[in-house]
Amino acid sequence: MEGIFLRIADFAKQLFSSLNFGPEITSILMALFHVSAIIGFVLLNVLVLVLLERKLSGYFQQRPGPNRLGPNGAFQTIADVIKLFGKELIIPKAADKWVFILATIVVFIPAVMLYAVIPFGKKMIAIDLNIGIFYFIAISSTATIAFIMGGWGSNNKYSLLGGMRTVAQMVSYEIPLVFSLLGVIMIAGSLKMSDIIAAQKDVWFIILQPIAFIIFFISSIAELNRAPFDLPEGEQELVAGPYTEYSGMMFALFFLAEYANMVSISAIAVTLFLGGWQGPILPSWMWFVIKLYIMIFLYMWVRWTFPRIRIDHLMHFNWKFLLPLSLVNIVITGIGIKLVNWLNWF
Amino acid sequence: MGNEEKVMRTEEIKINLGPQHPSTHGVYRAVLTLDGENVIDIENHLGYLHRGMEKIAESRTYTQFIPYTDRMDYLAAILNNWGYVGVVEKLMEIEVPERAEYLRVIMGELQRIASHLVFAGSFALDLNGFTGWMYAFRDREKILDLFEMVAGSRLTVNYMRIGGVCADVTPEFMEALSGVLDDLEKGLDELDGLITGNEIFQARCKNVGIMDTETTLNYGITGPNLRATGLKFDLRKDCPYSIYDRFEFEVPVGKQGDSFDRWYVRIAEMRQSIKIIRQAYEQMPEKGNIMAKVPKVIKPPKGECYFQIEGSKGILGYYLVSDGSKNPYRLHVHGPSFVNIGAFPEMAKGGKVQDAIAVLASLDPVLGEIDR
Repeated sequence: MEGIFLRIADFAKQLFSSLNFGPEITSILMALFHVSAIIGFVLLNVLVLVLLERKLSGYFQQRPGPNRLGPNGAFQTIADVIKLFGKELIIPKAADKWVFILATIVVFIPAVMLYAVIPFGKKMIAIDLNIGIFYFIAISSTATIAFIMGGWGSNNKYSLLGGMRTVAQMVSYEIPLVFSLLGVIMIAGSLKMSDIIAAQKDVWFIILQPIAFIIFFISSIAELNRAPFDLPEGEQELVAGPYTEYSGMMFALFFLAEYANMVSISAIAVTLFLGGWQGPILPSWMWFVIKLYIMIFLYMWVRWTFPRIRIDHLMHFNWKFLLPLSLVNIVITGIGIKLVNWLNWF
Repeated sequence: MGNEEKVMRTEEIKINLGPQHPSTHGVYRAVLTLDGENVIDIENHLGYLHRGMEKIAESRTYTQFIPYTDRMDYLAAILNNWGYVGVVEKLMEIEVPERAEYLRVIMGELQRIASHLVFAGSFALDLNGFTGWMYAFRDREKILDLFEMVAGSRLTVNYMRIGGVCADVTPEFMEALSGVLDDLEKGLDELDGLITGNEIFQARCKNVGIMDTETTLNYGITGPNLRATGLKFDLRKDCPYSIYDRFEFEVPVGKQGDSFDRWYVRIAEMRQSIKIIRQAYEQMPEKGNIMAKVPKVIKPPKGECYFQIEGSKGILGYYLVSDGSKNPYRLHVHGPSFVNIGAFPEMAKGGKVQDAIAVLASLDPVLGEIDR
């Protein structure tokens, strides 16, 4: 069980090299293979997550949730996807056509690119970059552009307000998010994902860095635009924020990206705080999935419990509380590392 | 380039809140003038649900008009019934039998709880607390089931008749009632835990949409929205109609008249309503008529009359002019929601967009009653 996916990859590699195209083409084919595997993982996860979210929200609210299609409503998402495919793509006349369409692509591509550095299991990482976590942060911050593109390109007041909110929120919450990761990176001494996981062999970083984990959790909810920080969407105020004018598959791409981002940010939380794929007995990738879904459950739990926060409270909370706290955490971590080194030295 | 152009200039934008909007509780429309996230001005636009109820009354007989009252404040149909039959009874000087009075109180208070539960649920939903909405509606459903047991319908119950009520309750109903009351108390505790005590909810509601007692009175606002400002004024207590003088209950009041107080007063009121129903349950005579002796064709004497009750949203008054024929000459309804929505612009001005939503939800507008 352990090496099942590795063996599949090896098999693919042998298959590609047996075609005798030369090493460059083979590596390109392998990259394509990785990308399609990742996209498959993302899509499969989204299918499960949408159903899970609806079922969980039903559970939290003491109602059955979707229960008509398939056993206990299991095929509901599939039906939803088919419906979305069948919908007409409406591009408003007043919209800035190119910006409007490009936004859907700009939001989805980074969401998939993030998966390049996620270790799904032992040796199961597409590219083990030596700046892995840095790459993740850099790519994830580009998603902001898509929201302002959607908000501006729609030429709709609700969309514009939503777009403005998104930028303000995502840019601000990026800072405590990064700072909370810094503590982990300082202890691990590396930006490389495999090194960070190796450093958690004995003790998970959630125990060494509990405050960082909480800061990371809160600001990642804001980054994901999920309740209680779903101001950009703000259904009750802004109808649907930047998504207002989108329909059919263009809307679905935003939706897909949202869930894909949730999976990837949960994966980062697992990698950096919960010991990555490490665990006894079960194969490593299974441990990864279990931990991943625990994180996702937490995100959903929060979403269906809390009301939405107000925009000015959101900013105050970030700049006056989370940011100083994360700075303090870095200082304490630094002192702690020095102390430990000093004790070892004696 | 002139000097003025160098200064950062902001532009106001106008957006529609409604008539098709997730949080306007119906087809209410407001035009918000925004400067970024700040609300500068609000303009009310009403009339999307106007059906001319008062004019319809003039071409219906007195009995025929009762079902129409259900459709005014459709969240508190029984209380609307009560106001209307009350004014006709007052004009005709009909004595309502004791048992019918108790039934009216029980059903009326149940309806008040149901109406407040919709308020609580939609308030939570407007702040995106979806679970709060589901909790409130789960409890309301039980009350609607009770209505179904007695009158056969759930929302537009059409329960009252001139001179009494349309149906007596069964022993099963009384059994179910006490179970529902226990459930409701538990449900209210849950709602308190999930919403009232929530940090984000309090941050969103406290000190938002404050209106002091004097301004509130000048707007003519009554009911929970007035009591939230700290004034203890409840028709059931201060000039009891029906048999409200026989019950012991408190009139909960708020502190400063902000959105949180308006929420809190209603939650406390539901507990008081439960108390009233429990007492009525104990005191109700075992047997008795549920209808007074009234003529088949209702023809009130010439004259005019005003009757008001404490509705779930404020004072619900009916003004009736009779010319002695079988149709009302003129009927006017004083709907509390209409008065409440008038204060919305002043309350929400100067806040954020999200505050405006919270204030609107805290006023508990029902469009059926505003537009009639």
